[in-house]
Amino acid sequence: MSQSAADPRHLRTPPKRQLRLSWADERIRAIVWQVLIVGAVVGIVWWLVRNTQHNLEVRRIATGFGFLQREAGLPIGEHLIEYTPASTYLRALTVGVLNTLKVAVIGIVLATVLGTVIGIARLSKNWLLAKVSAVYVEVIRDVPLLLQLLFWYTILQGLPAPRQALNPVAGVFLSNRGLRLPFLDWEAGHSWALLAFVAGCFATWFYARTMRRRRMQDGQPRPIWPAALGFLIGLPVVAWWLGGAPTGVEWPALRGFNFQGGMTISPEYFALLIGLTTYTAGFIAEIVRAGILAVSQGQWEAAQALGLRPGTVLRQVVLPQALRVIVPPMTSQYLNLTKNSSLAVAIGYQDIVSIANTTLNQTGQAIEGIAIIMLVYLTISLSISLFMNWYNSRIALVER
Amino acid sequence: MSDIPLNTSVAGVPEAAAPRQPPALTTGPAAWLRANLFSSWLNTAMTLVLAYFIVRYAISFVDWAFVNAIWSVPNNQTAACRALKTSPNPGACWAVITEKHRFILFGTYPYEEHWRPAVVCVLFTALYVVSAMRRFWRWELAVVWAVTLVAIGILMWGGVFGLSYVPQERWGGLPITLILATFGLAFAFPLAILVALGRRSSMPAIRVLCIAYVELIRGVPLISLLFMASVMFPLFLPEGINIDKLLRAQVAVILFAGAYLAEVVRGGLQALPKGQYEAAEALGLSYWQKTGFIILPQALRLVIPPLVNTFIGFFKDTSLVLIIGIFDLLTAGKTAVVEPAWQGFGVEVYIAISVIYFVYCFAMSRYSQNLEAELNRHRVR
Repeated sequence: MSQSAADPRHLRTPPKRQLRLSWADERIRAIVWQVLIVGAVVGIVWWLVRNTQHNLEVRRIATGFGFLQREAGLPIGEHLIEYTPASTYLRALTVGVLNTLKVAVIGIVLATVLGTVIGIARLSKNWLLAKVSAVYVEVIRDVPLLLQLLFWYTILQGLPAPRQALNPVAGVFLSNRGLRLPFLDWEAGHSWALLAFVAGCFATWFYARTMRRRRMQDGQPRPIWPAALGFLIGLPVVAWWLGGAPTGVEWPALRGFNFQGGMTISPEYFALLIGLTTYTAGFIAEIVRAGILAVSQGQWEAAQALGLRPGTVLRQVVLPQALRVIVPPMTSQYLNLTKNSSLAVAIGYQDIVSIANTTLNQTGQAIEGIAIIMLVYLTISLSISLFMNWYNSRIALVER
Repeated sequence: MSDIPLNTSVAGVPEAAAPRQPPALTTGPAAWLRANLFSSWLNTAMTLVLAYFIVRYAISFVDWAFVNAIWSVPNNQTAACRALKTSPNPGACWAVITEKHRFILFGTYPYEEHWRPAVVCVLFTALYVVSAMRRFWRWELAVVWAVTLVAIGILMWGGVFGLSYVPQERWGGLPITLILATFGLAFAFPLAILVALGRRSSMPAIRVLCIAYVELIRGVPLISLLFMASVMFPLFLPEGINIDKLLRAQVAVILFAGAYLAEVVRGGLQALPKGQYEAAEALGLSYWQKTGFIILPQALRLVIPPLVNTFIGFFKDTSLVLIIGIFDLLTAGKTAVVEPAWQGFGVEVYIAISVIYFVYCFAMSRYSQNLEAELNRHRVR
């Protein structure tokens, strides 16, 4: 008896049938259907492309991305990199992408913090706190984001002029020109300190990982916090001191009709950030709540029965299990926040959509402008979902 | 009897132990307060701080919204309202709503014909309510939908039965929002089912097409699709064919909603046990028989709650047409405060519009929760 005949799996696979050229053969039907549908889609696309080419010729609209190197001539209020109206369209669009990222990244961080707090508050034993959180979530989720953005923007615009600016804390001014904060006189020493802090973060992470591994081997507890303190605080302080220990702080002061000095947060950016954060936090709160509820009561009780302290129970037992439920929907909330930041165009914050829209109005090259918007968002979306998928696979349950 | 301990009383009853405190109340308002608001000093502190802020802000809100508010002004004389805004006791100027509510609700529709869009809004709402009741989930519901939508079309356009003709450019306000949402979902839903089936199909070409469609749409914001509808669609069509802006936006909304709904439906298809597919095949049903009679009825039932949540999302997302200048409820509200006399009263208008959106979305969300509980009743012991 040959080896393959003895293998029961071999016996189970159906014999390969000859392809019959007949409607009764489902493989033939599948091929026919696919050819028909793909053909129809290709035909429609071809028809649209031909129409578009014809229309572009008739209307004498130029095509191609040559306009990117031309002078943009559009003023942009907020730019993270150097920009003047004399810069190219490419530069203007880059500024737009950076502005989108600026609001999306900070919004994601703030919304996660606020949403987690509200989600946990909704599960609080304190009836009043739980009810307040529930009302917040219900109201925020049932009103369109665009309406909320317009609402916040109207409120910020209704603030008094700089001369009568609100001054809640010394040095902080809130007026219809935005929020003014005192800021460090930025010098090389600060940059060095920032760099040292980033390095310290990596060092702490690496140190904690090594110590945890050692602990797995011999069971000896090794405190991490002294080294972490040194890396995260000591290192930046040393770098700042070596960099000349600059201490200058720029305070905003009223000169003429507006403030000078300090850091400005424009009303557009502020309204967008408040709106995106509070709106997304409402959704994140529900996700966090569902995640915590998904961990069964028995897990809490078992961990307590082992004699673990409440903090340890939360960190080592409940949170790892809750995160498995939380991370996938959280990913889509992060994606939503990023895509929703495109509503900036309605309140005049110059993100990529707003700048690309101005570009396509100035140059008339609608197809290229919209292609750029879509490409930027597709790239951002794919990056976030790749990162979150990687994180998800790290914390996912390892099954046999 | 000599071995009886001496400290036992004569009757053999043990001596009464020290009197104990009665147990703390476990029912009644006092016990409820103690358990839910004042269970520990931390909880008590939190309750007090929260209560202080709630009372303080509630009082100032009531002052602003009701006590100090101005409800109407004669002939657009908003000086009193403006004085109120800067006074030490600020109040709301609801006069802007009193004056502009017809414009916010119905846009530039001819004033004396406003009863028509009002009836349309009532019809739409009645349609939602009827569709939500499970006892009406029969095929006749499709007929009701068709008849109602035709009636809505007749009412909005007019031109027959003695109704004067109103061109589509003059429609606005709440009817536009309801039209975009209703037609968007009515067309997106069948599209979504087809795409979800296609994504799970065994034919590779169709699967790739469906995946590309869904992922592409879900990766970009709705605004980019609306921009596409407003500036690119005219280039796609042959010369001389013009589709009006509302219809183009409607197509964009349908394409967008289709991709998201398709993912929800796919979730239901995946959650269905494989045995259902195999049993249907074993009965010798064709693909469409299997899908229509066995798979979809069960798969859709599984995903009703997330479907309703997606519906709520789209109802809110229709407000984005503001950006391409279509006159929906939000655009009408924004336009209402453009007039110099009424500038600066945006907050009042936005609150009023929020209430309208909130009523619709909150009703849908409550309905979805009830339905979920009802459909899961057999699982709860």
